[in-house]
Amino acid sequence: MRRRLREWGLALLMLGPSLAVLGVFVLYPLGRAIMLGRQRCDPTGRSCETTGWDQYVDVFRSVEFQQAMGVTFKFAAMTVPLGIVLGVGLAVLADKQLKQIGLFRTIFSSTVATSVAVASLMWFFLLNPSVGLLSDWIGGTAKNPGLLFDKDTALWSVAVSSIWANLGFTFIVVTAALQSVPADLYESAYVDGASGWRRFTNVTVPMLGPTLLFVGVVLFSRAFQAYGEFDLLTGGGPEGTTTNIPYLVYGTNSIVKSDDGLRSTVAVLLFGLLLFVSALQFRSIGKRVHYAN
Amino acid sequence: MRTRGWRLVGRYALLTFFAVVVFFPVWVMLVGALKPFSKALDPSSVQRLLPTHATLDTLRAAWTDGNLGRALWNTTLVAVIVTTAQVATSVMAAYAFVFLKFPGKRVVFAIFLSTMLVPFEATLVVNRKTIENFGWLNSFQGLAAPFLATAFGTFLVRQVFLSLPKEMLEAARMDGLGHFGFLREVAVPLVRPTLGALGLFSFLSTWNQYLWPTLVSTDDDWYTVQSGLKALASAQVDKPNLVIAGTVIVALPIFLLLLFFQRQLIRGLTAGAVKG
Repeated sequence: MRRRLREWGLALLMLGPSLAVLGVFVLYPLGRAIMLGRQRCDPTGRSCETTGWDQYVDVFRSVEFQQAMGVTFKFAAMTVPLGIVLGVGLAVLADKQLKQIGLFRTIFSSTVATSVAVASLMWFFLLNPSVGLLSDWIGGTAKNPGLLFDKDTALWSVAVSSIWANLGFTFIVVTAALQSVPADLYESAYVDGASGWRRFTNVTVPMLGPTLLFVGVVLFSRAFQAYGEFDLLTGGGPEGTTTNIPYLVYGTNSIVKSDDGLRSTVAVLLFGLLLFVSALQFRSIGKRVHYAN
Repeated sequence: MRTRGWRLVGRYALLTFFAVVVFFPVWVMLVGALKPFSKALDPSSVQRLLPTHATLDTLRAAWTDGNLGRALWNTTLVAVIVTTAQVATSVMAAYAFVFLKFPGKRVVFAIFLSTMLVPFEATLVVNRKTIENFGWLNSFQGLAAPFLATAFGTFLVRQVFLSLPKEMLEAARMDGLGHFGFLREVAVPLVRPTLGALGLFSFLSTWNQYLWPTLVSTDDDWYTVQSGLKALASAQVDKPNLVIAGTVIVALPIFLLLLFFQRQLIRGLTAGAVKG
């Protein structure tokens, strides 16, 4: 009995620090945000009154939230599939023992070294209408107002910067996975007379299943929570075409900036959306993924 | 044989094309950082693609104007604190989950896992307030506190601990080792590669944090490199290549770090992709 008690004490000691941090900075604020989300506050943030759960419904239905949600989904739809296709394509292309292949691999993985701020400022430097090289080349005639400040191209510009910044990550993960595909699978497919493309669709893709699911989930949650690239590249403009949900909550010109109640409402709705989407992802893709052994 | 040769040429052509596309922004950035202010907005594209009139003045100016020395120091210290703490708390919690018996283990583990689903952005408003109430705005505590433990790290280490044979603990017992002795002398050394990967991953994500530092540091003495870059970018809009020089300074240490720790990085990034 004494030994068992001592083991409980030890477990408490070992788990204590983690439980304290996760409790204070994840569980408590989540619970608090859910409660705060029912409140309206005055601009000073001092006095708040509880208006009730229907605030969640009202916010969800509001024009601003609907637009931000649309931007969030559009951004994910632009960056995730293209990011995966490019990352897998480059990894397969570089998955051969060729001369100088190391140099190519280093270049393709190098974007992993750039943070959101670094990548965004680099692309700002390229796309900004007054100094950008790319905006000179692409938007030669339509120089005003520039790719980043034109309603039709702003979101795509941010997406390109984001795809570029995430390419290194996808490339590294997929390359590592490709190297663990058993060579004899390719050999037997080759003996069976399968063409290069058939070998790709029938051997490579199924064997990459778990990795693709992982990459997809990570890229998706990054796209959903993207903030820095919007902050630095477009500032949510023009006309809110690049204001996604996180930017709606924390952006510099956010309409709910001074109201902690409303901010919490939007933040909790973001949590709900992410939960819903990841449940969907695991249900629909998870089942079809093939695990070796 | 002939088609094979052409295929090889095709592959190299594609590789080169994509390498140029991927590297292009980096090249333009490096060239821009080496230009003096007077040549930064040179209208000719050729001039902007070649490092003519190269000088270190712009980099030097970015270093002083952006207070980047201080920012680098802040960021390094915060990243080291967070990395050390995350590895330590993850190892301890994972050890309890795998090698200790205690009531409610499954429930506690479920709570741990559930925290992985909470996006950081959903808790920011309240966390900012908590830090303010603790009086930790503009301090190392404020920058680091929310990240001292992670469910992801705990989960990762738990998975490798589970793969260690159970008899090891019994054997260590026979040798007179207690739990701490077993942890220090047997378990940790065996999972060192995973810990290295976790450490590098923690370091990188802390270094790259953007939103949190801009919320809890209002004083430029407490800027991290990312919030410092943001400040530099909004203060020097008319000197784009100064900002670009700043990004070079911020990206360089990480690039070197990655060159040194490539293997750990790959392990770290693929850690989540394990089956099961």
